[in-house]
Amino acid sequence: MLIFKILLASAVLVMSLVVAMYSTLIERKMAGFFQDRFGPDRAGPWGLLQPLADGIKLFFKEEFMPNTADKLLYILGPSLTMLIACLTSAVIPWGPDIIIRGQAYSLQMADVNIGILYIFAIVSIGVYGIMIGGWASNNKYALLGAVRASSQMISYELAMSLSIITIVMMSGSLSMRDIVNQQQGFNWNIWYQPLGFIIFLICAFAETNRSPFDLPECETELVGGYHTEYSSMKLGFYLFSEYINMFISGAVMATLFLGGYHFPFIDKLGLSPNAFAFVSFLVLFAKITFFGFIFMWVRWTLPRFRYDQLMRLGWKALIPLAILNVLITGVVILLNQK
Amino acid sequence: MAALTKRSKVVSNKKMSFWEKIYLPAILGGMWITLGHLFTRKTTVRYPEVTREFSEIYRGKHVLKRDDEGRERCTACGLCAVACPAEAITMIAAERKPGEENLYREEKYASTYEINMLRCIFCGLCEEACPKEAIFLTKEIVKAGYERDTFVYGKDVLLEPLDPLKRIDVSKRQTPEVLEFKKDKNQRHNVQ
Amino acid sequence: MFSNYIFYFLSALALYSAVMVLLSKKPIHSVLYLTLTFFAIGGHYILLNAQFLAIVHIIVYAGAIMVLFLFTVMLLNLNKDERSPKPIWVKAAAIIAGVMLGLVLIAVFRGYDLHLEQHPMESQIGLVKELGRVLYKDYMLPFEVSSILFLTAMVGAVLLGKKEQL
Repeated sequence: MLIFKILLASAVLVMSLVVAMYSTLIERKMAGFFQDRFGPDRAGPWGLLQPLADGIKLFFKEEFMPNTADKLLYILGPSLTMLIACLTSAVIPWGPDIIIRGQAYSLQMADVNIGILYIFAIVSIGVYGIMIGGWASNNKYALLGAVRASSQMISYELAMSLSIITIVMMSGSLSMRDIVNQQQGFNWNIWYQPLGFIIFLICAFAETNRSPFDLPECETELVGGYHTEYSSMKLGFYLFSEYINMFISGAVMATLFLGGYHFPFIDKLGLSPNAFAFVSFLVLFAKITFFGFIFMWVRWTLPRFRYDQLMRLGWKALIPLAILNVLITGVVILLNQK
Repeated sequence: MAALTKRSKVVSNKKMSFWEKIYLPAILGGMWITLGHLFTRKTTVRYPEVTREFSEIYRGKHVLKRDDEGRERCTACGLCAVACPAEAITMIAAERKPGEENLYREEKYASTYEINMLRCIFCGLCEEACPKEAIFLTKEIVKAGYERDTFVYGKDVLLEPLDPLKRIDVSKRQTPEVLEFKKDKNQRHNVQ
Repeated sequence: MFSNYIFYFLSALALYSAVMVLLSKKPIHSVLYLTLTFFAIGGHYILLNAQFLAIVHIIVYAGAIMVLFLFTVMLLNLNKDERSPKPIWVKAAAIIAGVMLGLVLIAVFRGYDLHLEQHPMESQIGLVKELGRVLYKDYMLPFEVSSILFLTAMVGAVLLGKKEQL
């Protein structure tokens, strides 16, 4: 059992790394296509070797550290960001149980009964890597980026949590597995919580620092934001963790709102349990890909928000809406009980 | 006040309606537009495999033409240098010695003729100014280089090769009107 | 016992980082050490099978409060050591106060019968279901009163944050 868990953890880790790697390529391809270009297509067929080339380039770039930087924290920043980005995948159920030699193995690393809270905790400490890195660089742009990141994350966490509370209220459980299993077939949460879904989606953009909320790193104002002073693979870690975060937040959204690995009629195909698990995993992966596409689509459509607009949207629009949503959900649940 | 252009719009600061305030319809509209771009034909020319088609009258590197008998047409009159807005052309005139009639068409010729390609703006005014149909712009591209000196092209680069197979065809550059004009023997410089 | 080693490790980490909060020269380091202390304590909660408490502890303290601390300390830019040496009576008062607090703590723990849970992993009180039951059944009134307190605090904060005088 332990061996299986370790294997599963490594598999998920490798998967998120590979997906993040290829997200960089897909992002650039999409950017190209949205702007009537082709995007990178020189390295290998359709540019498939481009992520490899980028990785090699980042590894061989000069490792630069500012003289005045806080050495330990400067290194801790990107490492922490990367570590935290990889942690979230632990509670996501990647598929139904698979059966090896008559024993059922769960495709979820840890079925803790507080899965959603665990995700919140990881998201809320995710800002440390950015803040530490931004502060340790001893650079005004980096510090500004770090301060922006922290206030943005704190602001949007609230609306995010409030939008998920409705899901918890409906399912009556904090465990990811329970929430997924209540959305069998086409009984997805998005049909019951469209407002909550939209709020969560917007907050996910803000929490992953993706455009139009990429204020912590906005290159036109702050040079590079919190990673201004970073180079080589340390910079790579920061950029990379953004894509991992994107992948994981897509997985969380798919799990909470789009029914996770459930899809109508696949349980009627009469597949063997393992094939069923595989197909279910593919379904989940397709949903995650869909969210990845939306992330990129929005990035190449919408311009960046101004900082006061960002704060106003978070505090004056999303949080009241989320509270309203909680209220409505509570009333409906109460009425249904009678 | 009259609008300066047809496309100018009067900016108003009117209150936004509810649908405008929540921005979502506008955002979805924008996303629809970008989605359309996802499927449009791409404008990229994949360069090494595909080269962009040149216009027949593309203005690239200059050539100093020879006439049918392989004599240099240029007579170093300096009109091209005068016409050049970028002052890229310089030349030194020399007198034709007896026995050089097969090299130079007129009694006077350019012993050096230099175009500074860093200054040249490829406007084609030299071509227009030339009374002897000696200088033309070709489809050839001026190559990039590492040294500034290499961009001053002398006669060794500019002159059309003698080999009849390597002669440069500029007939496409001469519009019917120009050809017609050049046939007009009443114009003094067209008289051979 | 494996969990014993984890306990000792976490305790050592918590104590070390708590001491380092006081000893670090840079305020930012103090704040980060404090965060580390909170994580260590969160680990203790998990050892007690109180997952809900552990996670909420991390969300609230490490995720929100310490980020705000860090935020403020970064903006204040306290790096330059411009603090003038304190007068002697301040130091004396601090020492006396610290010693007295220590005495009180020792006195309290001496009289307290340390009730050791024999099987901490089997305790169910820290799980979300049990906790909810306790909060909403046994301690309903204090719970609701504290939520009203929070609401009042929030309204107060909004009032203070308003620019114009009321």
